[in-house]
Amino acid sequence: MIAMAALQGFDSLMSGDTVVAQNIAFGILAVVMIVAALRMVTTGNVVHAALYLVIVLAGVAGIFILLGAEFVGVTQVLVYIGAIVVLFLFGIMLTRGALGEDEEADTEKRRMAVLVGVLVLVVTGGAVLDSFGDAAVNRAAPSLTAEIGDTIFSQYIVPFEAVSVLLLAALIGAIVVARKD
Amino acid sequence: MNTLTLAVELAYWQQTTIRAVVGLVAVLLPAGTLVYLFLFKMMSFMQSRLGPMEAGPYGSLQLLAEVGKFLQKEDIVPANADRVVFKAAPFVVLVSTFLLVLVIPGGPDLMFIDVDTGIFLALAVSSISVIGILMAGWASASKYSLLGALRATGQLIAYELPLVLAVMGVVIQAGTLNMQGIVMAQAEGEIFGFGGIGSPFIITQFLGFAIFLIAVQAELTQPPFDMPVAESELVTGYLTEYSGMRFLMFFIGEFATAGIFSALAATLFLGGWYVPGLDPTDNLFNVIGPMVLLGKIILVAFLIFWFRFTYPRFREDQLQTLAWKVLIPLSLVNIVATGVLKVVF
Repeated sequence: MIAMAALQGFDSLMSGDTVVAQNIAFGILAVVMIVAALRMVTTGNVVHAALYLVIVLAGVAGIFILLGAEFVGVTQVLVYIGAIVVLFLFGIMLTRGALGEDEEADTEKRRMAVLVGVLVLVVTGGAVLDSFGDAAVNRAAPSLTAEIGDTIFSQYIVPFEAVSVLLLAALIGAIVVARKD
Repeated sequence: MNTLTLAVELAYWQQTTIRAVVGLVAVLLPAGTLVYLFLFKMMSFMQSRLGPMEAGPYGSLQLLAEVGKFLQKEDIVPANADRVVFKAAPFVVLVSTFLLVLVIPGGPDLMFIDVDTGIFLALAVSSISVIGILMAGWASASKYSLLGALRATGQLIAYELPLVLAVMGVVIQAGTLNMQGIVMAQAEGEIFGFGGIGSPFIITQFLGFAIFLIAVQAELTQPPFDMPVAESELVTGYLTEYSGMRFLMFFIGEFATAGIFSALAATLFLGGWYVPGLDPTDNLFNVIGPMVLLGKIILVAFLIFWFRFTYPRFREDQLQTLAWKVLIPLSLVNIVATGVLKVVF
């Protein structure tokens, strides 16, 4: 998905009618994200991997902001960096947060992981290309938070409620699994 | 807002430079004021002693002496520590603090960025500091540090929820996330038809204000919520292995965050840069606005530090019970009540 985004970025950089500063910022973000993503899957230390993941997610937030999707970018920071990675780190440190290289991190599951990664890339990339194709992003008009709120609570109210119930079910399930007594 | 005409037109990089310098001042000046006024002097007076008296008149230069002392000290990294993560940790905490100041308006035209998401952005970047604390605790290769970081994280996650939920009431009343919009809603609003003092949300959202202050106290990991740095059990928690410059950075981060959270509370609940009785679009507020805001910051910070010096430390289970069983349900009730009243009136 990152590679796709990078290709599209360079494409619009050459078309000449886009804002130069945005493209430079995108290029820097893309390079940092790719390096951090590669280091995340190759590093021998679980905590380092989680910290590299923070850099990748911060880059995603930066790209959302560059595209004028301010609310989504801020939500990315609040949910993924502020909550999910923190819980990852918390869990790792409570159980096995050893300093230095961790031999167990490098297992034969690697081949499977590559396969899954490629599959996810193909499916998400294909879906994005299929639904948007060559459609250009409207960079001049950033999306307003109020509009997003209105759309979620009118047009998409049923999926939104379904997701809420799903999350609640997951929450209750987690408690049931954790409390065997 | 009236358009402000400047005598000189500034290029983008010049504006950015000015913003960066003003941002530094806006973070460090309230932090220094709070440390001298409350940590040095008020705490001393509450304990029947004078506090620092030697450096400058009434010890007012003590802070500079302290900073000079920290700068001279050796920067020690433990032998088993993860050097890169250990050294990066204080920067992560400081970045979170400096990003927070961006959303706070100082007058009708005085602001760093005028973003649509406003307070939501502030709450999002304030959650980054947890990662810095976890990095510090883990990379120190010390059991006290790790235990302190884990306690800090459990506490910050628990109290972030009431912090965000307490703000929701204000957002519902103001009808916007934008900080400038929230100030204007308080300046132009009226309470049951009476508009003489505007509508500072501390009156209609008093429950929200109380929950916000308690959650801020916990977010700052200061007494009575200082389990993460409990000196009788954990030396100083995640700060144990830090010395010199890097300890100073954590210290500045703590008090700068106290100042900025006070500024957030002042803007959300006390009307920010606005004083009742004047026209909120008046150019005058571009001059006196920052001073009014600083006054309100000191007022809120007084409350925060008063609680800090008064109450004894919570136990870990009491601390979690307070967050999950008292503050979160109360703030949810507050949101429902505010929503219902907003629709009815």
